Amino acid sequence: MDTARLLPLVVAVPLLGAAVLVATGRRLPRLVSDIVGCAFAAATAAMALLVLFRAGHPGPGTYPVEWVGGWRRVGIVLVGDPLGAGLAALVSLLVVAVLVYSWRYFEEPPRRHTGSFPALVLVFQAGMCGFALTGDLFNAFVFFELMGAVAYALTGFRVEEPKPLQGALAFGVVNSLGAYVTLLGITLLYARTGELGFAQIGRRLDAEGPDGLVLAAFVLVTTGLLVKAAAVPFHFWLPDAHAVAPTPVCMLLSGVMVELGVYGVARVYWTVFSGPGGLSHPDFTRALLVLGVLTALLGAVMCWQQRHLKRLLAFSTVAHTGLFLIGVAVLTPEGMSGTALYVLGHAGVKAALFACAGVLLDRYATVDEHELFGRARELPAVGVLFALGGLGLCGLPPFGSGLGKAAAEEAAGHTAGWLPALYVLVSAVTGGAVLRAGLRIFAGVGRRPRDEEEGGPETTGEEEPETGGRLVRIPVPLLAVPAALLAASLALGVIPAVGSAVGRAGALFTDTGGYRRTVLDGHTAAAPAHLPPHWQLTGILLGLLSTALAITLATLAVRRPVHTGTAALLAPVRRLQSGHIGDYVAWLIAGTALLTVLTVPGVR
Amino acid sequence: MTVLPYLVAGWIFLIGVYGLVTSRDLIHAVGCLAVTQSSTYVLLLAVGYRNGGTAPVFADAPTDSRVVDPVVQALTLTDIVVGATVTALLLALVVQLRKRHGTVDPDALSELKG
Repeated sequence: MDTARLLPLVVAVPLLGAAVLVATGRRLPRLVSDIVGCAFAAATAAMALLVLFRAGHPGPGTYPVEWVGGWRRVGIVLVGDPLGAGLAALVSLLVVAVLVYSWRYFEEPPRRHTGSFPALVLVFQAGMCGFALTGDLFNAFVFFELMGAVAYALTGFRVEEPKPLQGALAFGVVNSLGAYVTLLGITLLYARTGELGFAQIGRRLDAEGPDGLVLAAFVLVTTGLLVKAAAVPFHFWLPDAHAVAPTPVCMLLSGVMVELGVYGVARVYWTVFSGPGGLSHPDFTRALLVLGVLTALLGAVMCWQQRHLKRLLAFSTVAHTGLFLIGVAVLTPEGMSGTALYVLGHAGVKAALFACAGVLLDRYATVDEHELFGRARELPAVGVLFALGGLGLCGLPPFGSGLGKAAAEEAAGHTAGWLPALYVLVSAVTGGAVLRAGLRIFAGVGRRPRDEEEGGPETTGEEEPETGGRLVRIPVPLLAVPAALLAASLALGVIPAVGSAVGRAGALFTDTGGYRRTVLDGHTAAAPAHLPPHWQLTGILLGLLSTALAITLATLAVRRPVHTGTAALLAPVRRLQSGHIGDYVAWLIAGTALLTVLTVPGVR
Repeated sequence: MTVLPYLVAGWIFLIGVYGLVTSRDLIHAVGCLAVTQSSTYVLLLAVGYRNGGTAPVFADAPTDSRVVDPVVQALTLTDIVVGATVTALLLALVVQLRKRHGTVDPDALSELKG
């Protein structure tokens, strides 16, 4: 069978599974509906892996391209290039992990709504896979909104509590506004070229020179994608939504959905705007580098300040998104493949950390670092997983996240010499914050933090557990899933085949001409010369350095008495995170203006 | 072709955003989001308009007659479906928030900060 035929199925099978669960879920017992959900997710994962395997091996018709329904001129095209197919596989595997995790996580689903959670997760999977595979700009918008709408519903899944509703509302308003801004940009591109496919628009644009309209379209399209990617200053919705969403949902939001925003920016730039008719490479690098550096620094600073564990992890995602954006901004195959590997490793580590936080939440009904002080000494296994996750976040070799970080920082170092220092610093601070929380919660090291010494706005972690009652014994899936995710993240850095496959994916991704020829003319694309991510001495040393730095920071933080100097200094930054939808929308517009200013020198 | 529809689209988008930023009521805010979305309909239809063009239905018109672009009409319809879903979902969240929180004033929702 032709692998290209599988591409529409990767999107359709989860939707079918969701339909089955919606139709029958109410009558099925909990166990059956969970198994059905897992089966559909696993079948999708198998197909995505098959596409990836085919796309990852050189041969005639290097990667599969499918024109849905055989409409070649005006139809919808799905492209299984190795990077997109890899993301679809990552999404599907993570969805399977999440469904297995939530098998024992939500012990009491809402009465007579047994199938609703797995059904929503399957629709989410379909949206994300579709976004990763589509070769059409308008379809990208539709899948963007599909995954968005499901994500809002999943964030507010616990409708009986006020906080998730607030988070979901901010998430929904800001992301939908971003999507409409993107649609305005897509309309401008359609007006100029009369095309909607990435490759077609790119070819038409390159027939003429760039002008103000193309630049405006670029800014508008990118704004919406950056909102999804949670780049500063579009990031405000993310901590609010991640802190309150059910833990299995957080694993998906932080693990892949946000990264899909970064992928969207990279995909749109390389296939549409990277030619002579779009935005020149130095202009794009400058714009994205500024946003990436701001995002990384602000995310790290805010992450260090948190005591709400899930919010801490959410800000660490913001910081890492900044690093991913920098990896995309350097516009080299090495930067792209390093970032892709970093995303894969990060997904495993971050999902495992959220899974550990979920165990704490269900056992102690809180995820507050101060309240949990020393209480989790009785859970050594969770403590070990949490510490490993923290180390993975620092980029400790041989984690996949470490190899990805090493490759990305090396590629970034060729663009600007100080960027590797930023990678080391940001991963040390975010990993250090996780290790600090772990030391306090699981080991009870240092002084018990006292609440009254803290100043400024604060979100604490008093929550309802997500199970029916508090957990007494930890069920096996709640431990097995984070352990498997960490093992996968570790394996990514150890198996050399992963590095070479990702390197090839990055090279094919950045080959604009090859992409257009493969999609439009049916020619085969051979991967251009590239250097796959591999362990080098400097990378190992920098990974060890950031880990050592993180451990030092964490030990200092738990040992030294709490002093309010830095907290007072950073209070204005924390006040920006006001929880007010109007403020977030104002920042979104300010961010669009900033992006315009950064790209305006591109008008010639 | 005049520039007026494009200006109208821009204006609708801006007043929608202004309403979102200054809104004191979440139902009003969701309404403003729908207003910003309307600007995308206007822009899409303006892009596909052709002077003297008729509806792109060839059942009772000669096949060479001048019609407006059917693609943007399909896009607009898709956009409306997406928008209806999102608006309905957000309004449902606001209704639930009113039940649990007793308020729809964004200034009063201050549990998520810093």
